[in-house]
Amino acid sequence: MDKIYRVNMSSLQCSVEPVPTPWAGLGGRALTSAIVAKEVPPTCHALGENNKLVFAPGMLSGTTAVNSGRLSAGAKSPLTGTIKESNAGGTAAQVLARLGVKALIIEGIPKGDGWYGLHVNSDGVTIVEETELIGKGNFAVIEALEKRLGKTGVLTIGPAGEMKMLAANISVRDIDGKLRSHGRGGLGAVMGSKRIKFIALDGEGTTAVSLADSAKFTQAARTFAQAIMNHPGTGQGLPTYGTAEMVNIVNAAGGLPTRNFLHGQYHDNEKISGETLRETIIERGGNPSHGCQSGCVIKCSQVFVDKKGKYVTSGLEYETIEILGANAMIGDLDVIAEADHLMDDIGIDSIETSVAIGVAMDGGVLPFGDGQGVLRLLREDLRAGTPLGRTIGSGAGNVGKLYGVTRVPVVKNQAIPAYDPRAIKGIGITYATSTMGADHTAGYAVATNLMGVGGGVVDPLKKDGQVELSRHLQIATVMLDSLGLCLFIGFPSADDPTCVPAIVDMLNARFGLELTPEWFGGLGITTLKTERAFNQAAGFTSEHDRLPEFFREPLAPSGAVWDFTGDEIDQFWNF
Amino acid sequence: MIEVTVNLLATFRTDRFKEEQQQVPEGTTVGAVVSGMGITEREVGMALVNGRHAPMAHPLTHGDVLHLAPWIAGG
Ligand code: SF4
Repeated sequence: MDKIYRVNMSSLQCSVEPVPTPWAGLGGRALTSAIVAKEVPPTCHALGENNKLVFAPGMLSGTTAVNSGRLSAGAKSPLTGTIKESNAGGTAAQVLARLGVKALIIEGIPKGDGWYGLHVNSDGVTIVEETELIGKGNFAVIEALEKRLGKTGVLTIGPAGEMKMLAANISVRDIDGKLRSHGRGGLGAVMGSKRIKFIALDGEGTTAVSLADSAKFTQAARTFAQAIMNHPGTGQGLPTYGTAEMVNIVNAAGGLPTRNFLHGQYHDNEKISGETLRETIIERGGNPSHGCQSGCVIKCSQVFVDKKGKYVTSGLEYETIEILGANAMIGDLDVIAEADHLMDDIGIDSIETSVAIGVAMDGGVLPFGDGQGVLRLLREDLRAGTPLGRTIGSGAGNVGKLYGVTRVPVVKNQAIPAYDPRAIKGIGITYATSTMGADHTAGYAVATNLMGVGGGVVDPLKKDGQVELSRHLQIATVMLDSLGLCLFIGFPSADDPTCVPAIVDMLNARFGLELTPEWFGGLGITTLKTERAFNQAAGFTSEHDRLPEFFREPLAPSGAVWDFTGDEIDQFWNF
Repeated sequence: MIEVTVNLLATFRTDRFKEEQQQVPEGTTVGAVVSGMGITEREVGMALVNGRHAPMAHPLTHGDVLHLAPWIAGG
């Protein structure tokens, strides 16, 4: 029987509860958002005792469906003040699903200044005091817990989360004992506010999740995997170059944020491209195509090694490479990989922090291109929590305010990632309207705008069709985020007519339901509206669905400007 | 004859080149350059002329920069 695990950190008590009927058919983002909306007062302080941290595996997590192991984490975000859902790969979702845990809800704040760890297993949750690992980086936590408890699933925060930095993330152990992250929105600070250093997830004694119709499931799962492999994006591009494949593409289209969003092209793009990343990794004996969870057939991740062949980092994403490489003008994959490792270990979002560094450079804190300066900043300031480290760790918006910078790329105080919205207007609509603050994954219009992937061509430099495109994508993305599927499944879903029916069949065969593809659309709409209602009750209005003023200035070299009116953007919510 | 710069991205580079200056007859289309390299039009995910999307029938002019990428989905 599925259940809810609830942990009250104020009373240090745990309970196991039945799943209320309205939540029974939900999972992932649809569930975390439903729980946060129902149980968290929208106006509460995100780091106070009334906020709750909710984890929910996707509806297909724990099954043999490929790429289905994403875990959603939800809360009110201390960075944005909005509702937040951030999902990650790794192994935790599969363990929770096999334990039959629909959601893990953590509420309250303990008295005193002690720290705790949570042990989750088939009996429930145990809260244990923790001293040894406090102050430690995420890699040390993973290693120590492996010695202590064996190869369990782990969720952990680094020093950034302990210090409640607004860009702190929650890390998830991956299949090789490395990390993936619930990156965005400062959920690591929420976990830190509850004084939880780690959550160990022990799936011992569990078996695969039960299926209502296993023959039907296997058949549909096969069709689904085939659709992923047949699509050029998920079958060839991502496995070959990882997400860094986008560097040269976006640069060619003039939308590559450079020098804190001053230019749209970077002269050293080849130094940080996916093509160069792949060559470098192969030359040095690393792994150019690595999966972060068992059952991944796309393998967008990679293992980056240094010149001597020693491990530096895995899961080096386009976003991090671009924002440090071009936007902060570092242009050196070795420095970027080292910075990525440090950010993972400190437990801080590599998007928010990298954009914050670009803003800090604009504010004169350090020169553009100063890679060694960035590494020093991370090692000495971020990790130790010096005043400068805390400033950077509180995100791009706050850095901009403190240093008097006017070009501050944030929406709802969350950093805009590595696509300039002037040259790729569809993603600008997503940045503006997402219930999460600026977030490219909420409705990835880039693929459609630049490549015609995922639903036909929409000219990136024109306004026509962008609002409708972003709306369509944001609704569909809720489906993926709720099923526990990698975002990349969106590409075959849009382009291959066998993909969505196979997903629906898997879901029906898993739960013994008779859902239709329309049901998914409904789930997307309901979830987005629930999230928006939370934000409105927290004080957000349409005026917050806007891009910063500086995007009205022309972007070199194309001269593109952000020219949407408020009224045009607000049409997004007409559904 | 006119001169155009052809930039290949991702797997299009394999056994070809990253960037090349090509002399082509005036009025040559994007599609003609593509097939001249043994690439089928269906394989092309993105064709940009001077940073703007261009159809296969688009005629090139002297000094144009052409970027060609296979179907790539994103990051
Ligand atoms: S495609 Fe990438 S993010 Fe998704 S499961 Fe595979 S490695 Fe992880």
